[in-house]
Formats: sequence, C-alpha cells, structure tokens
Amino acid sequence: MLGPDIPWYLVVSAILFAIGISGVLLRRSPLIVLLSLEIMLNAANLAFVGFSRVFGELDGQIFALSVMAVAAAEVCVGLGLIVAMARRHLTLDVDELTELRG
Amino acid sequence: MGNVLVWVIWLLAAAACVATGLRVVTASNPFSSALSLIGNLASLAVLYLLASGEFVAAAQVLVYAGAVMVMFLFVIAYLGGRADAPWAGGTRFIQAASVVAAAAVLAVTLVAVLLDAGDRLSDEADIDRAFGTPAEIGRLFLTDHLLAFEITSIVLLVAAIGGVVLGMRSEAEDDAEAQS
Repeated sequence: MLGPDIPWYLVVSAILFAIGISGVLLRRSPLIVLLSLEIMLNAANLAFVGFSRVFGELDGQIFALSVMAVAAAEVCVGLGLIVAMARRHLTLDVDELTELRG
Repeated sequence: MGNVLVWVIWLLAAAACVATGLRVVTASNPFSSALSLIGNLASLAVLYLLASGEFVAAAQVLVYAGAVMVMFLFVIAYLGGRADAPWAGGTRFIQAASVVAAAAVLAVTLVAVLLDAGDRLSDEADIDRAFGTPAEIGRLFLTDHLLAFEITSIVLLVAAIGGVVLGMRSEAEDDAEAQS
C-alpha cells in the first residue's frame, strides 16, 4: 500500500478521540461540547474507514456513512436545544443547567 | 517516488487534523472553533481518500463540512455574543482530571493498537478498483445494508421533526410570556 500502514490511521484516530474527550470534559459552552462530540464521531469514522481498508470489506465505510447521518441528526436536535435554551434566556453553560438534577 | 509524495500528503493531513482539533477545543471564540472544525473535517477527508474511501471523503466534505457546519455557523451567528464561551469550567482539579482522563483513554488505545493489534493490521487485503466507489457503496446500501439505509432515513426524518418542534414550542411560550 502506498503511504503509511493502517495502524498510523488508528493512532491519528485515537489522538482525535482523546482531543474530543478533553473538549467535552473541559469546556462549558454547549456549542463547543457539540463540536467536540463531532470530533469524537469523526475519530470513530476514521477508525472505521481504516479497518474497512485493512480487511478489504466495505462494511466499515457503510457504517461510517451511517454515523455521518446520525451525527447530522444529532447536530439538528442539539442546535435546536441550544436555540431553545437561548430563547428562554437560560445561561449557555452546561454547569449551570441543573434543573433536572434529582 | 510516488510513495514519498503519499507519505508527505498523509503527514500534512494528519498534522492539520490534530492541530485543528486542538484549536477547536482551546479557542475561546466559538467562530474560530467552528472554522477549525471545518479544517479538521477537510483534512480527515484527505485521510479517507488515502485509505481508499472515495465516496466517504466526498460525503464528508458535502454533508459535514458543507451542510452541518453551515448550520453550526448560522446558530453561532444567531446567538451572537451569548455564544461566547469561557475557556473551561470547574476548579483546576477538575480541569487537570479531565486532561488526565483523556490522556488515559489515549494511552489505552495506543497500547491496544500498536502493541496488540499492530502486527495483524499492518498487511492490508488486496482490493480492486471498485473499492469505495459510489457505485459499490450504493449497491451495498440497496442490497446487504438496506435496513440500515431505511433506518437512517427515519432517523433523519425524526430529527428534522424534532428540530421543528423544539423551535416551535419555545416560540409559543415566548408569546404566552408576552401576553401575561
């Protein structure tokens, strides 16, 4: 295969996933949390495409495309929630949103 | 010679990927976060191309970098100053713990990939020219993976309806507040 072997793709995927985790844990703005979630989903997609290449089966790419569709749906609902929060004049801060805490 | 060129492109794309990912997490302006994520998605598309995922790369640019990120930028612009994000939350202890948790996940994954599975994954299967082309992906979606295809359409429909309902309900409550 031209270029790097698949384990290198998996290393990049792992680094991206760790970046996404730190974003979700560190940031308080729901917008940035959503963006970090996208990074994590894309890290998983990169691993799927890499595995699909290594085994010569297209199922991994099909799964990556399905993940993409689910991510689009998630962004749609997530952004709807954020806009609804902003319209009710709630603070856009995930640490402040404690209404449902038991 | 072509091999070296592929390596250079791969390294550039991977470096851009990690750098823009870090920028998404560290930028305090949500606009720069979202724009960095577009760069992240574009460099990931380059990696997909190098791993013979032509259709996935095209869909990545069209669906993600195009449609989804435009929606993000629209909402950030709509929220204006309210979208501005303080850098991090919690105490210094929580921040340090978050970074340690992310590093631990990274370490576990790297150990699994490089030590355990590295040998088995280093020789790729032989593929023909049709691998990853739209024709092949479409054939699989309409034969072997028809259920996933149909469920995806339902999920997207439900999400679209959910977005509309979320938008409508808050508007009705705003009107009720205005009347009272």
